[in-house]
Amino acid sequence: MSALLTYFRPDTRTASGALLAPARWQPLEILFWLFAVSLFWLAPSKVLLLNEIAILALFALSLDLILGYAGIVSLGHGAFFGLGAYVAGLLGKHGLHDPVAGLLISGGVAALLGFVTSFLVLRGSDLTKLMVTLGVALILRELANKFSTITGGADGLTGVTMGPVLGLFEFDIFGKTAYAYSLAVLFILFYIARRLVNSPYGLLLRAIKGNSLRAGAMGVPTSLRLVIIYTIAAGYAGIAGALLAQTSQFVSLDVLDFHRSADVLLVLVLGGSGQLWGAVVGAIAFKIMYDFLAAITPQYWQFWVGLVLVLIVLLGKGGILGFYGAGRDWLANRLGKGGVR
Amino acid sequence: MLTILSDGIAYGMVLFVLACGLSVTLGLMNFINLAHGAFAMAGGYLTVVLMNRFGVSFFLCIPAGFLVSAALGALLERTLYARLYAKSHLDQVLFSIGLVFMAVSAIDYFMGAQQQLITLPPSLQGRVTVLGVSIGVYRLFVIAICLVLAIALQLILSRTRFGSQLRAAVDDARVARGLGINVSLIFTFTFAFGSGLAGLGGVLGAEILGMDPTFPLKFMIYFLVVISVGGTTTLTGPLLASILLGIADVAGKYYVPTVGSFIIYTIMVVVLILRPQGLFGRAHAR
Amino acid sequence: MKRRHLLIAAAAGLGLLTSAGAYAQQTVKIGLILPMTGPFASTGRQIEGLTKLYMAQNGNMVAGKKVELIVKDDTGVADVTKRIAQELVVNEKVSVLAGFGLTPLALATAPIATQAKVPMIVMAAATSIITEQSPYIVRTGFTLPQVTAPLAEWAPKNGIKKVVTLVTDYGPGHDAEKAFKEGFTKGGGQVLAELRVPLQNPEFAPFLQRAKDARPDALFVFVPSGAGSAVMKQFAERDLAKDGIRLIATGDVLDDDILNGMGDVALGVVSSHHYSAAHNSPENKALVEAFKKSNNMRPNFHGVGGWDGMHLIYQALKKTNGDADGTKLLDAMKGQSWTSPRGPVMIDPETRDIVQNVFIRKVEKVNGELFNVEFATVEKVKDPVKAAKK
Repeated sequence: MSALLTYFRPDTRTASGALLAPARWQPLEILFWLFAVSLFWLAPSKVLLLNEIAILALFALSLDLILGYAGIVSLGHGAFFGLGAYVAGLLGKHGLHDPVAGLLISGGVAALLGFVTSFLVLRGSDLTKLMVTLGVALILRELANKFSTITGGADGLTGVTMGPVLGLFEFDIFGKTAYAYSLAVLFILFYIARRLVNSPYGLLLRAIKGNSLRAGAMGVPTSLRLVIIYTIAAGYAGIAGALLAQTSQFVSLDVLDFHRSADVLLVLVLGGSGQLWGAVVGAIAFKIMYDFLAAITPQYWQFWVGLVLVLIVLLGKGGILGFYGAGRDWLANRLGKGGVR
Repeated sequence: MLTILSDGIAYGMVLFVLACGLSVTLGLMNFINLAHGAFAMAGGYLTVVLMNRFGVSFFLCIPAGFLVSAALGALLERTLYARLYAKSHLDQVLFSIGLVFMAVSAIDYFMGAQQQLITLPPSLQGRVTVLGVSIGVYRLFVIAICLVLAIALQLILSRTRFGSQLRAAVDDARVARGLGINVSLIFTFTFAFGSGLAGLGGVLGAEILGMDPTFPLKFMIYFLVVISVGGTTTLTGPLLASILLGIADVAGKYYVPTVGSFIIYTIMVVVLILRPQGLFGRAHAR
Repeated sequence: MKRRHLLIAAAAGLGLLTSAGAYAQQTVKIGLILPMTGPFASTGRQIEGLTKLYMAQNGNMVAGKKVELIVKDDTGVADVTKRIAQELVVNEKVSVLAGFGLTPLALATAPIATQAKVPMIVMAAATSIITEQSPYIVRTGFTLPQVTAPLAEWAPKNGIKKVVTLVTDYGPGHDAEKAFKEGFTKGGGQVLAELRVPLQNPEFAPFLQRAKDARPDALFVFVPSGAGSAVMKQFAERDLAKDGIRLIATGDVLDDDILNGMGDVALGVVSSHHYSAAHNSPENKALVEAFKKSNNMRPNFHGVGGWDGMHLIYQALKKTNGDADGTKLLDAMKGQSWTSPRGPVMIDPETRDIVQNVFIRKVEKVNGELFNVEFATVEKVKDPVKAAKK
């Protein structure tokens, strides 16, 4: 029992304890995943939306790796998402029907593109990075449009067929397999990302983000580390895209659209960047907000989404998780217990 | 050949007129204002309403578009934008995108989703021949306005007292304040001016690009391309960049139409790889 | 093989589910999925407006059943369209899916219609291949080859021998380009150049200049309706008419939604389409007036697809006596014919495409407003692509 307690509450007065603290799983985190699984039975009519949320969360998570942990802003993260979607779609169309294999290959191809283009985003100001990433995504979109014999062009890629997941679970019209599959992938990749950012490598990344000049002076090879994280993040985004293509069994040009990249940035900033959970929370909030508002007013829901975004920035500090943290600290102070962390 | 060149310049000028206001807010004030297109849309829709509903002359709409958008900009700067100068670029992006969404829906609500068009006065229609090249009168008109604007802006910035106060305020607001410069007033004024330019761009662009509620999102990429290629530290940078992009785009689509749609983006990426500060930008001292 | 088994099982399961649901309740739900925001919002607004007007005029009770319309915004993104369709089928148990503003949106949803055995009424998307993607798809809009072919026949008979084509570089554009070339060369014409314009393209100068340099008798244009005005204006500005080049187009370019705003540059342009707000029939006059009153707009060619889609659903329900089983509704829709505001139409029982009159029109001023005035009619046009396959 006491071992469990020290696991959840490491002694933050020592250096190792302070560094380890975020690496430990909080009870709330474990609860979250249990809750996500229980939604199968609690909200079976919403699993299609939940599937989309899981995919968006994974996509936002991949952006958080580069934005929140390495400080690389991107308006073109959709490039990797779209590439992953097209690779998965094409594999499904031309004979490789196994979802998991398709997922891995798509992630690998996207990571390769990430590796190649990572050298373009190492220099320049925020604006330069935004525009270079955006340019890469738009060029990719034009390519997909031009090679319409392969990609289906603007009509979209039809005829994508998927076999059962792990040879056992067929994709059904209710979206149950889809949600289970996406949630499992999200969990595994979230777990890996969590390990990664709390590893010494992750701490170095944050040092680079804080001050790349100083990190370089300390002997950290900054460029190499940024290249690695960019490549990993691209692979993550590719897997998210592949999930979308596999669960909807259709790919169209809008996977590469500008709005994908912009949306995912909004999601992440809305949730709070640099803490992984922000991506998940942001995706949930964004999609539910959209679903709720669009059901009330299919024409003008954008207005209310816009208003929420404006208010979040004006009132908040670091998105929804920022609110949560502020609220928790306030509560802790009121209770006189000197903070949970 | 010369026709292609003049078409390219004319197209580039349309890009410039839309983007130059952004180079004021983004380049001078270092604020990533993605809602720039919304101010342009305000000017454009104002023109549509004034001309089509009230029969106001197009020539009057030009100053009206500038003034109304500037007033709108000033109002929003005082109430909202002023709180965001100190926030991160990401917060600014989130905030201004939120504003764009609101503007898109609001215009949709009041004006409908369909495209709105204007008809130019007869004196701006047709073509003239200048130095052996035939060019549309309206395009010539836009080019002339742009050149005047660019020169005037550059002069104001580099030669006037206001220009130096502004540069001081941007470089170090605290020291500028200490020197007795009313920084917040200068920022309000500059932001209003940038918004006014956007509105002007909307008025002039309404004819060529058409106005519909998605305008700010549709052309956001174009503004940003011009600004990033031209660099954000001068105004002549974006001017030259938009001419370059305009010519490259038009010539590319004319001579090699199959790759036409790639040209603008490819140029942008290549330029930014070679010169991250933009073609005509200086590296920031900060 | 495995997949097929599963499909059959899923379909059977769903069939049971939907039909059981439909018998139990007295409401027939129609899921209308449209782009209500984003660049194609005007299409969504037209269809939404006219379907609601139809229900307002004809009541919501058909054959003892109450008809309920559920409008959803898909923002013009294919995976969203598909997810919404799935939710509507699974959660709301809709009997009919309708709407679909763009080709990829319809293509993405087609497998859902097949699996769930729910009729899917395509009201706007106009690429020929759509109806081949599922036996449950019925189209009440039009196909681009269908409206292009008559113009391609008309042109060579009216002094146009050499043409440059200019289309937007996406599915419907390719369809229009191909249909025009085939019909036009058959009639003895010659296509000098085929130009394709990127979808997001505000500047037509280089393309128009190429067209001008080729010295054709006419320029054939298909672009989606928003871009149409830019083409018209730049065509006029460039003085192509002075070089003896005429402008011919599909009706998309001269969309009734925005035609009046284009100004005098549009005067005299010849186009072919299946619907014009100026169509001279009592049905159409009543519709135009009612829509003006309710929405303060002219109905356009997409909107009329929505109107006729609702009419088709009502007719089918009457024929099945209120039985909302998907397959029965589908069978009842096949072969239906009626007088639409656009003229007499019929659902081809084989292809499930609409068979309709296509008109050659010219832009003229009527009572101070610009309209596409019809002056020639090609009767009972089928989609030529599918007709040629037989």
